[in-house]
Amino acid sequence: MKRMLAFLKDYKKESILAPAFKMLEAFFDLLVPLVVADIIDVGIAQGNNSYVIKRVLILVLLAFVGLVCSITAQYFAARASVGFSTGLRQALFDHIQNLSYSKTDKLGTSTLMTRLTSDINQAQNGVNMGLRLLLRSPFIVFGSMIMAFTIDAQCALVFAVAIPVLSIVVYGIMIITIPLYRKVQGKLDVVTGLTRENLTGVRVIRAFRKEPDQVRDFDRSNIDLTKTNEFVGRISSLMNPLTYVLINLATIFLIRQGAVRVNLGSLQQGDVVALYNYMAQMIVELVKLASLIITINRAIACMGRVSRILETDTGMEYPDAVIQTDLQTADPKAQKGTVRFDHVTFTYDGAGAPSLTDISFTAGPGQTIGIIGGTGSGKSSLANLIPRFYDTTDGTVYVDGQDVKSYPKGELISRIGIVPQKAELFSGTIRENLLWGNPDADDEALWDAVRTAQAEEVVLNKDNGLDARVEQNGRNLSGGQRQRLTIARALVKKPEILILDDSASALDFATDAALRKAIHSMDGNTTVFIVSQRASSIIQADCILVLDDGMLAGMGTHDELMQNCAVYQEIYYSQFPEQKPDGREVPAV
Amino acid sequence: MKKENSAGSVILRKVLKVIGNYKLLLAASIVLAAVSVVIQLYVPILFGDAIDRIIDTGRVDFNGVAYYLSRILILILISGIASWIMNLINNRMAYKVVEEIRSKAIRHIQVLPLSYLDRHSTGDIVSRVIADADQLSDGLLLGFTQLFSGVITILVTLGFMLSKNLLVTGLVILLTPLSFFVARFIASRTYKMFRKQAETRDAQTALIEEMVGGSRVVKAFGYEKTASRRFAELNKVLRDYSQRAVFYSSITNPSTRFVNNVIYAAVALAGALLIINGQLTVGGLSVLLNYSNQYMKPFNDISSVVAELQNALACASRIFELIETDPEKDAVSIGDGTDDTPSAEVIPAAEGYVDIDDVFFSYRKDRQLIENYTLHAKPGMRIAIVGPTGCGKTTMINLLMRFYDADSGSIKVDGRSIYEMSRHELRAQYGMVLQDTWLSNTTVRDNIRFGKPDATEDEIIKAAREAHSWEFIRRLPQGLDTVLTEDSLSQGQKQLLCITRVMLCLPPMLILDEATSSIDTRTELQIQEAFDKLMEGRTSFIVAHRLSTIRSADVILVMKDGHIIEQGSHNELMEQDGFYKHLYNSQFANTV
Repeated sequence: MKRMLAFLKDYKKESILAPAFKMLEAFFDLLVPLVVADIIDVGIAQGNNSYVIKRVLILVLLAFVGLVCSITAQYFAARASVGFSTGLRQALFDHIQNLSYSKTDKLGTSTLMTRLTSDINQAQNGVNMGLRLLLRSPFIVFGSMIMAFTIDAQCALVFAVAIPVLSIVVYGIMIITIPLYRKVQGKLDVVTGLTRENLTGVRVIRAFRKEPDQVRDFDRSNIDLTKTNEFVGRISSLMNPLTYVLINLATIFLIRQGAVRVNLGSLQQGDVVALYNYMAQMIVELVKLASLIITINRAIACMGRVSRILETDTGMEYPDAVIQTDLQTADPKAQKGTVRFDHVTFTYDGAGAPSLTDISFTAGPGQTIGIIGGTGSGKSSLANLIPRFYDTTDGTVYVDGQDVKSYPKGELISRIGIVPQKAELFSGTIRENLLWGNPDADDEALWDAVRTAQAEEVVLNKDNGLDARVEQNGRNLSGGQRQRLTIARALVKKPEILILDDSASALDFATDAALRKAIHSMDGNTTVFIVSQRASSIIQADCILVLDDGMLAGMGTHDELMQNCAVYQEIYYSQFPEQKPDGREVPAV
Repeated sequence: MKKENSAGSVILRKVLKVIGNYKLLLAASIVLAAVSVVIQLYVPILFGDAIDRIIDTGRVDFNGVAYYLSRILILILISGIASWIMNLINNRMAYKVVEEIRSKAIRHIQVLPLSYLDRHSTGDIVSRVIADADQLSDGLLLGFTQLFSGVITILVTLGFMLSKNLLVTGLVILLTPLSFFVARFIASRTYKMFRKQAETRDAQTALIEEMVGGSRVVKAFGYEKTASRRFAELNKVLRDYSQRAVFYSSITNPSTRFVNNVIYAAVALAGALLIINGQLTVGGLSVLLNYSNQYMKPFNDISSVVAELQNALACASRIFELIETDPEKDAVSIGDGTDDTPSAEVIPAAEGYVDIDDVFFSYRKDRQLIENYTLHAKPGMRIAIVGPTGCGKTTMINLLMRFYDADSGSIKVDGRSIYEMSRHELRAQYGMVLQDTWLSNTTVRDNIRFGKPDATEDEIIKAAREAHSWEFIRRLPQGLDTVLTEDSLSQGQKQLLCITRVMLCLPPMLILDEATSSIDTRTELQIQEAFDKLMEGRTSFIVAHRLSTIRSADVILVMKDGHIIEQGSHNELMEQDGFYKHLYNSQFANTV
């Protein structure tokens, strides 16, 4: 909570003024009956027209002052609460940006999104309501209570009983319904999931003619949600009628008690009326308070969730400056573009078995390293360790002769170009997407990268060339087009080390081949890692790493591996059966 | 501003039309609201009468007090029950309306042109169907409950006031519209701001989706700072709009309250002057003052309802935009959901002739994509579509499956134009495996029998074995009954399941889109064999990358820039010495 309140710090003035003006408004409201009493007791009793007019003008003045106070309060509350949520949202977004891969994996994208959107909106709502009403309501409740007790303690006791009973009913219903509302939320999530599914799978659904079935499934969940909603509604709609009956019951007791007290001479008729009014006022505020408590409770729960994310440490530590770690560093220049794995073992957080076991190899500057292996053999995990997306469980990864952990934040990444498996582009123009690699790149550099990535005709075919729109997730581009643009994006960086993580999977063979050729003939001494399932993609590599279930099953050139690596031969012949010497199929393992 | 208002009223009419289906409930709700409100207004008078029987020490009429109090007791019980039932009815209406809207939306999504769905982000449509529908429901719920009782309170109070003094009542009636105008004025401003707020929020949510969803790329390119900066920019705009939206919407209440207080003062003035002239009693004034307060309170409620409704209407307009977009022409009929066997229609299998003649097609009018496309496929033929990426290969799938309609030209299956048969009839002939693997969040079993819900266990296992997915399915925690979540399968495994799905229902024609591109190399060959078996006797269109697929095809279509530039068998094309030969050789330039 303290952490949350810090976000109101810039709005200290507003946070104090909003409730202050709200109390002022309440105070002026309480004065009105006194003025009316004056009109009746003095003005009318004396038949004094001008007195009446003066008092009425005071009433108008009070109303006006009340309006000014109230609007001022609302203004400050709006400023403070929206300012609060704006600051909180920014802080949370920044924090999420800094979370490591492992943490992001663990927390889940959709959770993070909910925290950033609806949770913070709820928190904003809570702060707004809190600022406006949290002081005002108790002020009126206690004010009225004190007044009542000063009139007649014995009659006020009726409400001393009524209020706890009322509270039990109000909060009881709240306690019963809150878990039910959670259930409603769960069912709503199902409906949401189904809606999403219907949209993302629209082609498959239509191809399989499943529209009616999809609609039927959706209807079932939809109706189920309605039923639960109605059930909860049935309980929560008891709240108002029940409190109404209770309040009036209490009033009945009050008047009976008042009748007895008046009969005994310890109370006057006017006092009964006054008690009646004060209590009514108090109960109205009490009910308001209940709904306020719900809102604020919900807001606090949301803030708690947001705060837990903010408290999650980013999961990776970075030194402030490069620390010299590798004792082999004789000449830093000679090490530029080298990658060395030293007995690296890596296990994902929460996974039972390691994804990589005891991997050691060295890649020299300008070399092309192929990484091949079956699905789940650890190819991508290996690639992810080079830019330190994850920290090794055991062993050390060296880039440019330095332990990757010794680089300050951003320093390592700036040397490495990565083309991830999933070709993700972002809404904006093609140019904006490419500039991710290097914000200062000029058009010439962009076109160079585009040409190397075989994406030239993709860009040329667009109406505005580099300035053509890319929709969210690159929806208006085909898989192959997206992939080539993500490659170009990495090339714009002019990296020392380029990692292509199965990034030619959506390319046809000709484009794939042309791409490899172009990358090979690039200027500079770029070390290239090609992760692939296709033997043809890595066949010309200077060194091929063959992974099998997280272990290095072989390492060497194509020719060497064809001689001595059974796993490699199997992969190769499965893709080029016509080259197999005896012509027979490889037995399935 | 005027335009916004009229747009708002059009939407309001649509919402009312939806509510109109519940006329009986609506009537019951109004009657019950009337009952409870009349009682609630009458009870204070009875309390007053009771208090009047408590005059002074020793002068208390206990019988009279008991008489009034017992009547109050009965009345409050009736009122309590009436308002509870009213709440139930209102709940029912509001939830049913949302249910109906969602159910309409999901049906509409099934028949919307793909061009619409491809143009809108999933998140956008989901938020319309879910969040906006809920907002609409909340707005309606609040609207129903408070609007009815508000209006009735006003009418009943007017009645009680008229019985006391005509002049003061007239004054009140004359002045109250002021309160309305103020509320309306503010509401129209608020609506605009709410819209702007919603738009900015949408933009921000889209950015969040991209930056959080694509956090890997963000990190890989050290884009964090830029992302934060872009977020901060939007955040500031959102702050400005939100502060105004929250502020504007929250001044409605104080403003109308101010107007009401002025009216209260006017009543006090008029009343006092009338008393001095002997035309009204003090008791009468106090009743009038009380009631004038009660009479105005619902106006306050109504104005807060109006603010809520503004928001609900903004949401409604987004939902209606979705629901009222024209469906594709001759869309499939969805049924009303009561039919238990909607997919049981028997469609005879086609023989497999596909004739495409002079087809023109483009996604956008200004850029012709496919021109003068002609192709004749006989049953059992394998047609491999090859060409550089982005040359229009997937567009072929869109046309064959009728996801998009050709601009001109004809496509026939077994001699019948596909535009003359129902979409279901056409699609029943094709088995499709797309590059994007899509699986439903249900069990493996349900996913496999997606196209054949009545498949037996044996058939499912057989298909899984043939598609080589049985190996990993067997090893899943609950086997076939494992519920799939986003990350429970690898890309390759997902692809295998998609193949199994087609393997099970064996349609007479196939469409395969780079289906084997991300499958484990070791099983790739086995899958290829399974496909070969599957394709036997079936007309197959394959967007192909694998050499063996291409070489075993009867016809190879070489596409470039949306045109078929070459067509023929592998050998024929190699002899032609054209673009295909160039493509083919570039593959082998690197492989020994």
